[in-house]
Amino acid sequence: MKLGKRLAGLAMLALTLGFAGQAVAAEPIKIGVYLPLTGQNAFGGQLELEGIQLAHKQMSTVLDRPIELVVVDNKSDKVEAANAVKRLTERDKVVALIGTYGSSLAMAGAEITEKAKIPGVGTSCTNPLVTMGKKYYFRACFIDPYQGAAAATYAFENLGFKKAAVLMDMTNDYAVGLANFFSRSFKKLGGEVVASLKYSSGDQDFTAQLTELIAKKPDIVFMPAYFAEGAIIMKQARELGATFRLMGADAMDNPDTVKLAGKAAEGFLHTTFPYDPTMPTMSDEAKKFTEAWKAAYPEKDTNVNGALGYNSYFMIYDAIKRAGSADPEAITQALAATKGLVTPLGTVSVNATHDAEMPVGIIEYKDGKRVYVGEVTPKQ
Amino acid sequence: MTLEMFFQHCFNALTLGSLYALIAIGYTMVYGILRLINFAHGDILMVGAYFVFFGTFAYGWPWGLAAILAIVGASIIGVAIERVAYRPLREAPRISALISAIAVSFFIESLAVVVFSGQPRPVLQPEWLISEWQLGQVRILKLTAFVPVMTAILVAVLLYVVYRTKPGLAMRAISRDIETTRLMGVRVDNIIAFTFCIGSALAAASGIMWALRYPQVHPYMGIMPGLKAFIAAVFGGIGSIQGAVIGGLALGFVEIMTVAFLPELSGYRDAFAFILLVLVLVFKPTGLLGERLKEKI
Repeated sequence: MKLGKRLAGLAMLALTLGFAGQAVAAEPIKIGVYLPLTGQNAFGGQLELEGIQLAHKQMSTVLDRPIELVVVDNKSDKVEAANAVKRLTERDKVVALIGTYGSSLAMAGAEITEKAKIPGVGTSCTNPLVTMGKKYYFRACFIDPYQGAAAATYAFENLGFKKAAVLMDMTNDYAVGLANFFSRSFKKLGGEVVASLKYSSGDQDFTAQLTELIAKKPDIVFMPAYFAEGAIIMKQARELGATFRLMGADAMDNPDTVKLAGKAAEGFLHTTFPYDPTMPTMSDEAKKFTEAWKAAYPEKDTNVNGALGYNSYFMIYDAIKRAGSADPEAITQALAATKGLVTPLGTVSVNATHDAEMPVGIIEYKDGKRVYVGEVTPKQ
Repeated sequence: MTLEMFFQHCFNALTLGSLYALIAIGYTMVYGILRLINFAHGDILMVGAYFVFFGTFAYGWPWGLAAILAIVGASIIGVAIERVAYRPLREAPRISALISAIAVSFFIESLAVVVFSGQPRPVLQPEWLISEWQLGQVRILKLTAFVPVMTAILVAVLLYVVYRTKPGLAMRAISRDIETTRLMGVRVDNIIAFTFCIGSALAAASGIMWALRYPQVHPYMGIMPGLKAFIAAVFGGIGSIQGAVIGGLALGFVEIMTVAFLPELSGYRDAFAFILLVLVLVFKPTGLLGERLKEKI
């Protein structure tokens, strides 16, 4: 009796397994997405998700199998990001994943993918540490040393400024990294860094630092802040009568920057990725992306985060196609070999440290409008 | 450092310090009467600022009207919080009320994220407040003069209410002995509700001032100012209104002057503020103007 039951159980198990084995061929390929959809970074995460979904709509099948997106909110929190990636790799069994806005969140996620041996593609996480020493993590953007150097090159060569200063949030890895890379490059180019001032996350009063900066008379102040505090810095600088130019980095690239800063944004510069709706000359691929975006989200402006989300998905899609397999190991190898992929953000190749190489775009605010003034390739 | 720069730093410090002072008097008043640290104070500040934001942007009201209605709205919310979160715990140990206050704080922040979204939004600054006077190299915003004057008026009103009116007398009685006060025929619940009403009005007023100086609203905007003002209140002697003003101004000056005189250490200005607090508490455990309380259990 007992034995009979067990045998029956075994037979059932074999049947289920058999069916499951057969079902795999018809099953969709699952790609995980973990992004900050709530919390402090929700805005960026939402834009990137829209870009990913647009790409998914355009490229929804590969190797004759449909692709399914599994989206998880990482709540702008490092612990939640690690949990989200764990869930995606263990429970949802995704073959690759995309994420995330925010370098510290991506670092938490990359630790998990490395152990799970599942490839990941970061959207806009620019800190070098995200992919450092990681076999399975890639990104669709450039990194901060490159971006900082580009900002310094633009300030020194294109604008002809000889004296710079930096103002940074000393509790934020992104800001400290960028400020240091900027200073190093600016000095190497032959410029002088006259001051380096700090504040900590959550500060809203920058008047003391700005008064200090005004006294040092720099031509330009590099402040790699997030857009909300960046806008406050611009306003306070204007109120104190500062005459130096202010320059930020990709975290300032937000449609709300000009709304928050108002008139104080005039003349503000920042580096960004080489896509912008105001680009004077757009590649065909960028034009196609812009049109597809306008058709899909008529009420929303195209933006660089959307393009990065789009590109992350595109890179994985391309890797699966070239690998001819949805095996995580094969996708990883194909991702590492990405070369000359024509995307809305230019022709992308993945380098030895798993970053997407592309030129750095420069935005300037003129007459209350953001203008894409050009691209720089950094000189060290 | 040039003399002009020094004066510029002084005016910056005065603005920041008087904002801290304004927030701190709300903390200290509620503490002085109920012995409750109302951690939701910073969040009421945020709600007040949001009310002005909606009044001016969504309904197009003039700034002054929006500010007054925001203060009224925040007072109502303050009284409601007292009714729901603190009154049921009046007989409970003090620590329970403190935990309830922390919970209220988290609740308001999360609710604000859901209702207002986490997106920072720009705040209307009336032109007459943000234009500036220029004295040589020194620039003074009219706001820099407006905030201390506002703080002074509110402190004067508050002192008058607490020391010269019947409800004020009842408040002071409650702070001594709640049971005896009840036996004397004072409606304790009403007086405590009134206390929260004033406290929340002060929080909203300071939130509105804060949003004028740092013109953005977002759901977590009250946390840092609330925390700093709490430090200022402890520094000045929690429970003492004059102490809160001195504490707020001192904190503003320490923060700004740290950056002014030690620019290399500009990122550590909070650390300097805390060191000062620790030193004061080591030598004067009740703060600058605080009176020693007899613990009554």
